[in-house]
Amino acid sequence: MSASTKTYPAKSSTGRAQTEPALVRWLLIAIALVFLALFLLLPLAAVFSQAFEKGLAVYLDALKEPDTLSSIRLTLITAAVTVPLNLFFGVTAAWAIAKFSFPGKNLLITLIDLPFSVSPVISGLIYVLIFGLQGWIGPWLQDHDIRIVFAVPGIILATIFVTFPFVARELIPLMEAQGKEEEEAALVLGATGLQTFFRVTLPNIKWGIIYGVILCNARAMGEFGAVSVVSGHIRGMTNTVPLHVEILYNEYNYTAAFAVASLLAFLALITLAIKTVAEWKVRQQLESE
Amino acid sequence: MKLFKRHNNVLPGFGPTLGFTVFYLSLIVLIPLSALVFRTAGLTWSEFISTVTAPRVLASYKVTFGAAMIAAMINSIFGVLVAWVLVRYRFPSRGIVDALVDLPFALPTAVAGITLATIYSPNGWVGRYLEPLGIKIAFTPLGIVLAMTFIGLPFVVRTVQPVIEEIETELEEAAVCLGANRWQTLQRVIFPMLLPSILTGFALSFARAVGEYGSIIFIAGNMPMVSEITPLLIITKLEQFDYQGATAIACVMLLASFSMLLLINLLQRWSRRYAE
Repeated sequence: MSASTKTYPAKSSTGRAQTEPALVRWLLIAIALVFLALFLLLPLAAVFSQAFEKGLAVYLDALKEPDTLSSIRLTLITAAVTVPLNLFFGVTAAWAIAKFSFPGKNLLITLIDLPFSVSPVISGLIYVLIFGLQGWIGPWLQDHDIRIVFAVPGIILATIFVTFPFVARELIPLMEAQGKEEEEAALVLGATGLQTFFRVTLPNIKWGIIYGVILCNARAMGEFGAVSVVSGHIRGMTNTVPLHVEILYNEYNYTAAFAVASLLAFLALITLAIKTVAEWKVRQQLESE
Repeated sequence: MKLFKRHNNVLPGFGPTLGFTVFYLSLIVLIPLSALVFRTAGLTWSEFISTVTAPRVLASYKVTFGAAMIAAMINSIFGVLVAWVLVRYRFPSRGIVDALVDLPFALPTAVAGITLATIYSPNGWVGRYLEPLGIKIAFTPLGIVLAMTFIGLPFVVRTVQPVIEEIETELEEAAVCLGANRWQTLQRVIFPMLLPSILTGFALSFARAVGEYGSIIFIAGNMPMVSEITPLLIITKLEQFDYQGATAIACVMLLASFSMLLLINLLQRWSRRYAE
């Protein structure tokens, strides 16, 4: 029906008819593993080793600092606002783009992806240009005593910008691949639009949503460049966890910096684990159809 | 043609969902980005040119784009190798290694930055062995290349990997039947099929490296004219309340990103045509 259906690649059965000599094979595996160990595993190990260098007590003390706790609170608030908004947007955009055809669709997809190709520093700068004192509506905001940049709303806006495409770009190809026959059947049988979405579409895209949300959340909690531009670095007020890591590091308080950083590294590991499961589930679901 | 299809569609909600999509996209992305363009348009042409071609700014382009180019080349070579090993060979812990490749996507850039700076500083885990050899990585342009390689690595692996998965083994068998040895098969059959995806991965990794900030500033040393990247220069200008300067340089960077986005789209179209 729709010619533009993008299919997920099927997992190939690796044929063994032709391959390299065993010696070459093991050599290539060794080079790849050494490279990855040096570039990925070593930094990961270093974060935890530095964090626990002076023992568990020092580690826990660093995390119990009031400034650390307030940075964790701000990061959680930011993610709690950003992720639901971008999730709602992602599902709506995917519904419109995957289930209907209309002119300008490809342009719309490109525009949704745009925030990924903009430098994080520029993602912060654009909000300063609008809401900052020298910005478009900055003077008006000051007259009414509303603070957006160098305050929490600016941090949230910049975070929404950098995590904008995550859910949408995962759901669009997935929903296109699934087609719309199941939804059509539900509607013909008398279901309302919302019933169709919640009982037919949602179960089908569940793992795609989890995948998009987990990546969106990881970036929202870990964003540094964009947030750094709009935050104003007010300790205990507008510091997110990554910004707090920077401050501690620049104060030569390395153990505390790595203790706080280890929280983010731990989050990254959980993200990778959930992402791997979600990827596998999505693949399995598409193959079973 | 396309417009007519909609009349046959029984699914509801096209108007509201498309409306909200365009509204939210404009509010969060398009209007703020246009602010940058309008702000730049407020400068005179000669002001703009003198700002974006000042010696310190030119030096920062050279550092940023040069280091990103080297990092993308390193990533292309090792990325293809990693993708090949992950798809074609079986070895213990393969699943974990495969998942770990995405670590640079998941690990916040500030964490990557302070960690790399610590490992490669003269008394760090790796730095202490390089120091006697006279190799300094942290606080030199080499550190910038290192950080950019770290954050760009998954792009090449994840673009090339699905293409290797899709290669039909019949093609390799045919090459062997026609008398090719393994090296000739790799060089003349496999490599041409992978080339579009390698170039796409290269461009993606390059584009990401050019805009990167968090993982670089800790390891770069940030010396003007030597190891100062363009995104940092934008922030420096902002902190000096030189909004015009920051905006002009940001506009140049944005233009560079958009050209790369266009190039990547063309490359992807090319690689898809190759696949079908």
